[in-house]
Amino acid sequence: MNKHLLSIHDVTAEDIVRVLDTAESFREVGTRVIKKVPALRGRTVVNLFYENSTRTRISFELAAKRLSADVINFTTSGTSVAKGESLKDTALTLQAMGADAIVIRHSSSGAPLTLTKWVHGSVLNAGDGTHEHPTQALLDLYTMRDRLGRLEELRVAIIGDVLHSRVARSLSFALVKMGANVTLVGPPTLIPPDAPAWGVEVSYDVEGVLPKLDVCYMLRVQRERQRQQYFPSVREYSRLFGLTRARVGMLPEGSLIMHPGPMNRGVEIDSDVADLPQAVMEEQVTNGIAVRMSLLYLLLGGRPEGVSTDE
Amino acid sequence: MGAARILDEAEIRRAVTRIAHEILEHNHGASGVVLVGIANRGDDLARRLAAEIERIEGATLPVGVLDITFYRDDIGMRAEAPEVHETRIDFDITGRTVVLVDDVLYTGRTIRAALDALVDFGRPTAIQLAVLVDRGHRELPIRADYVGKNVPTRRDEDVSVRLKELDGEDAVVVEEPGGTA
Repeated sequence: MNKHLLSIHDVTAEDIVRVLDTAESFREVGTRVIKKVPALRGRTVVNLFYENSTRTRISFELAAKRLSADVINFTTSGTSVAKGESLKDTALTLQAMGADAIVIRHSSSGAPLTLTKWVHGSVLNAGDGTHEHPTQALLDLYTMRDRLGRLEELRVAIIGDVLHSRVARSLSFALVKMGANVTLVGPPTLIPPDAPAWGVEVSYDVEGVLPKLDVCYMLRVQRERQRQQYFPSVREYSRLFGLTRARVGMLPEGSLIMHPGPMNRGVEIDSDVADLPQAVMEEQVTNGIAVRMSLLYLLLGGRPEGVSTDE
Repeated sequence: MGAARILDEAEIRRAVTRIAHEILEHNHGASGVVLVGIANRGDDLARRLAAEIERIEGATLPVGVLDITFYRDDIGMRAEAPEVHETRIDFDITGRTVVLVDDVLYTGRTIRAALDALVDFGRPTAIQLAVLVDRGHRELPIRADYVGKNVPTRRDEDVSVRLKELDGEDAVVVEEPGGTA
């Protein structure tokens, strides 16, 4: 494994299998009365969140705590914190405090990569701008493999605001790496122009894609990242691309509905659809803790830097 | 050089049968006894002991498998994080007598980790230890209650237990350093 997890490009298909297999053991820990093991006793994990986040921060915090690591939550409420001196000073401070791993979320793409230049510990990208969100992709892969038994040849559509979605990027890269077939679906304005280079297919027709799916992955319309008008109205978007009850009927039996959260019920997904048994959003959250435990364990469970010469 | 075979298939079978009898004798029957094998191979031995006890006593004992990786005392001292195996204990161990089962007892560090792990699952009345081979060189104050065979070894020798379930044959082999590579 690479020392950092900045992007899905940092891990091989073999690494991904190892992360998912190890997560299997950590999910068992989550079912015990005492949901804690001493594996990372004495290690310090810092959650450095420059952007608001509930589930990812709590998930990482719980993951680190269940491994007996010490956790520091460093959140900045200001959203206009730019890269440069201030991030560097924060990084150096955390470095001086002896952080073994820094989990960072930042509104600027590339901030985690920049951070690796200033700190000795491992850096885990918990979402940077519109770039990547690799831990979300890995927990989604875990959930798909757990429910459907395989990743190879799985037919997955990622539907919605792909352009602004770091989840869609990481998930597409990861699924393609594992041999799944990915189709991106959305209005042409919200499909990245370089998408064909990812090894995925593109479609603008939701109803044409649904009958051929194993997984229907819905994305939130990220209005806070949209700097211009990408579609005429929310109502029209919802009518053309939202997952309605009628459209769920077009999905093959046994297929899954997934969403990275937070959901906008009534926009990309109908409220009663989100509560169907094949909608596995809560499992995604539970599995997220196990997958993040697995990642922290695999990145920090080896010999610390300085003790040896390995990467 | 080379390898010495210290237990063959029949001897392993007899050792398992004897330990099964000893567990029943020591605990006055099978009531309240559960078996927990340490992965890998300890879990296979635990299943064999359970089958023997069922044959002798007609009682079915719950069998669990425990992976002690997260409780090791050398995490962060090896280059890579140690590989993780499955843990599955589907029954409550509180108030039961847990017989921990492992293939080889050596430094005692694995058993120390297993004891730590077990108390996270509940509070057993007693914990006993059964091993197929005790090769000595303890680094902690730990001893086995049931031993298949005591094998005096040198520290630089390698004791390898092979079981049909994992390795396709039943044998215990002591390999000298630089022996069979």
